[in-house]
Amino acid sequence: MKYVDEYRDEAAARKFAHAIALITTKPWTIMEICGGQTHTIVKFGIDELLPPSITLVHGPGCPVCVTPLELIEKAIEIASIPEVIFCSFGDMLRVPGADTDLLGIKSKGGDVRIVYSPLDAVRLAEENPDRKVVFFAVGFETTAPANAMAVYIAHQKGIDNFSLLVSHVLVPPAIEAILASPKNRVQAFLAAGHVCTVMGYTEYEPIALRYNVPIVVTAFEPLDILQGLYMAVKQLEEGRAEVENQYTRSVRREGNREAQRIIQEIFEVRPRKWRGVGEIPRSGFGLKRRYAKYDAELQFDLTRRDIEEPQECHSGLVLQGVLKPNQCPAFGNRCTPEHPLGATMVSSEGACAAYYRYRSRQSERKSTTGGSSDFNSNPDEKSNSGGDVA
Amino acid sequence: MKEPEEFSLSCPFPISDYPNILLAHGGGGTLMSQLIERMFISTFKNQHLDERHDGAVILPGTHCIAFTTDSYVVHPLFFPGGDIGSLAVHGTVNDLAMCGARAKFLSAGFILEEGLPMETLWRVVRSMDAAAREAGVELVTGDTKVVDRGKGDAIFINTAGIGVVPHDLVLTPSSVRPGDVLLLNGDVGRHGIAIMAVRENLSFESTIESDSAPLVDIVMNLIEAGIDIHCMRDLTRGGLVSALVEIAEVGGIGITLEERAIPVREDVQGACEILGFDPLYVANEGRFVAFVPPNEAERTLERMRSHPLGESASIIGKVTEDTPGALRLKSRIGTHRILDRLSGEQLPRIC
Repeated sequence: MKYVDEYRDEAAARKFAHAIALITTKPWTIMEICGGQTHTIVKFGIDELLPPSITLVHGPGCPVCVTPLELIEKAIEIASIPEVIFCSFGDMLRVPGADTDLLGIKSKGGDVRIVYSPLDAVRLAEENPDRKVVFFAVGFETTAPANAMAVYIAHQKGIDNFSLLVSHVLVPPAIEAILASPKNRVQAFLAAGHVCTVMGYTEYEPIALRYNVPIVVTAFEPLDILQGLYMAVKQLEEGRAEVENQYTRSVRREGNREAQRIIQEIFEVRPRKWRGVGEIPRSGFGLKRRYAKYDAELQFDLTRRDIEEPQECHSGLVLQGVLKPNQCPAFGNRCTPEHPLGATMVSSEGACAAYYRYRSRQSERKSTTGGSSDFNSNPDEKSNSGGDVA
Repeated sequence: MKEPEEFSLSCPFPISDYPNILLAHGGGGTLMSQLIERMFISTFKNQHLDERHDGAVILPGTHCIAFTTDSYVVHPLFFPGGDIGSLAVHGTVNDLAMCGARAKFLSAGFILEEGLPMETLWRVVRSMDAAAREAGVELVTGDTKVVDRGKGDAIFINTAGIGVVPHDLVLTPSSVRPGDVLLLNGDVGRHGIAIMAVRENLSFESTIESDSAPLVDIVMNLIEAGIDIHCMRDLTRGGLVSALVEIAEVGGIGITLEERAIPVREDVQGACEILGFDPLYVANEGRFVAFVPPNEAERTLERMRSHPLGESASIIGKVTEDTPGALRLKSRIGTHRILDRLSGEQLPRIC
C-alpha cells in the first residue's frame, strides 16, 4: 500500500537499526511521547532491533489514558440522561469509571453512539432537535481543530442542543512536567508528529534549550520511529540538544495556521488534571466564555464526586515513563483488558494494553532494562509519587 | 449483490394484500399457513418440504454425518456482496465444510419483526434459495415466528445443517503436527469492512464487497485430490487471529505466521489504517485456513488456486514445536510478536 508499505520495509529497518548501533557509545533513555508511537514500537518490536544500551520509555501521549476519572464519571452521568445522545470516539467506551463504563450505560438503554468526527455529532444535533447531543471531546492538540470546528459550526447554524464535554490536554506542559520531576531519567524525546502537524514545533525550542534535551518530531511508522531514534541518539552522542523534524512530509515549523486559528477562536488554555499524574498548570484547553453554552459541564447539573484511583493501578508511573507496564505487580493478573484497573490497559494506544497484547503476559517484578534502575519498587511510595510530575 | 427480480412479477404472496408482516403471520392460522406455502415452500421446493411434516426424514447414506447450527442477526440486511439470506446459507454450509462435510440439508428458522415489508422478506428468501442452489444444499424444514414491533431487528435467521463426510480424515486441532504448513484461500478482512462501511455510512474510493461465499466446492476439491489435510477452520468473527489462537490452544501447538504472506486487499488495508483496525482480526465469510503436511503444501496451493475462491491463496505460516499454545507473527520488518484474541470487538481509535 502506497505511503505505508515503504515505511515498513525490512531491509531499510535493519539498515537504520545498524546505523543506530554504529553511533551509540553510551546508554541512553529516550521517551516517545505519543501512544500511537508506543503502539508501533511494541507492535513491530522496534526495541528488539536496537542496541541494548538504548532504553525506550513510553510517554503520556494517550488521550484516553490521561482523561481523569472524574471526567469519565461525568460522561457516564450525562450519557445516563434519557434525552441525551452521547457521542464519543470508540476508544472511550470501555474506559472504566468507578462502577461502570459507557458501554455499560449503553447496555442499560443509554443512547451512546460511536462517531468518527465531531461534525457527525453536530449533524445528529441538527437532525434531533428535541434531544441533547453531547460529544466527548478528548484528545491532544491533534483533535482540537475538529472539535473547535464543531462548536464553530453549531454556533454559526444556531444549533443549541449540541455541547462538548471537553478533556483536551497539551503536550509541551507534560514534557516540562516530566523533565522537572526529580525522578526523571528521560534524556531525549520523540515528539508526536500529528500534534506538531497542527501546532508546529516552536513551543519545543525553549524546552530543549532549558533542559538541554534533544527533541525530534517523529511520525508513526516503523521506519519513521527508527529514523527519529537515530536523530535523537546522534544529538545525544554529539552533545547537542535541539528540536529536529523527522516528519518533514507533514510538519512545518510554524504548524497549520488555519487549524491554530480555529482553536484560538474557540478554546483557551486552562490547568488540567491528568489521570494518574495530577494537575498540570496550563496543560489543557477549555471552551472560551463566549462559547460557554456549548460546555456540557455547565449545561447539565452534575454531581461533584471525588473518586480515588484504584490503589493497585500504577498507570501514573507508566505514563511518566518511570515504570514499564510489565513492571507493575497487577499487570496481566489483576489487571487485564477484560478487567482493567486503569485506562492504559484499555485504549489501543495505552502502553499497558500494547504490552499485554504483543508481549508476555506475566508481570516482571525486576526491571527488564538498565534504564529503570532508579525506580523504587516499594508500592507504597509509588502510589504517592503521582504528584511529582505536577 | 444480485438484484432481486421484480417483486410484483415473481412474489407468490400477494403484496397488495399484505405489504408488511403482521403478528398474524406467525399466529398459526391461515395467514401463517399462506406465508409458509406461498413464500417458503414454493421457493425452496423439494420432496421433504412437500411432505408438510414437522420434520424431514432423511437418509444420509453410509457415511458419517456432520451437524451444525448458526444464527444470523446481521445489520444491515443487505450489504455489498451479500445479504442475511445468502449469509445464513454460506455460514452453515461453511461450518460443515470445515468438518470435511458436503452440506446436504438445511433447516431455516425465521424470526420476523411485525411490520417487516413483505418485499424485504421476499428478497431474502430468493437470495437464500440462490445461495442454497449454488452450494448444492436443500432447505428441507423450517419454522416462522413473528415478534412485536420493536422486539426484533427486521429478520433473524437460524439455520442448522447436516452434511455427509465422504472420507476418513480426522480434521481437528489435535491432528495438527509440528512442521505442518498453513494455507489461506484468499485476502482477509473484506466482510467486516464491507458491513462496517454500510453500517457507519463510510465511503471509500471503491465499494468494498463482502467475501461471503460457499466453501464446500473448494474444500471438496482438496479432499477428493486425496490431500492429507490435518485441520481446517473458516475465519468468521474475530478474523484470522482468533481462529488460529483457538487451534494453537486446543492443539497445544505453536503457529508462526508470516505477515507479508497474508493477502489483504489495498482498499481494506486503507480502511483499516484509517479506522485503527487490524485486518487480521476483521471478520470474513468466505475464507478458511488449512493445515497440511509440508510435502503436501505445494499441491494444496495449486489446487486452491485452481478454484475461483482460491485464486489469491497463499502459504501464510507453519506449525512449530516451540511456544506450544501460542500464535506468533513475523512482522514485515522481521521482528516477532505474540498474537492473541481481542477482549471484545475492535473499536475505532481517536486519532
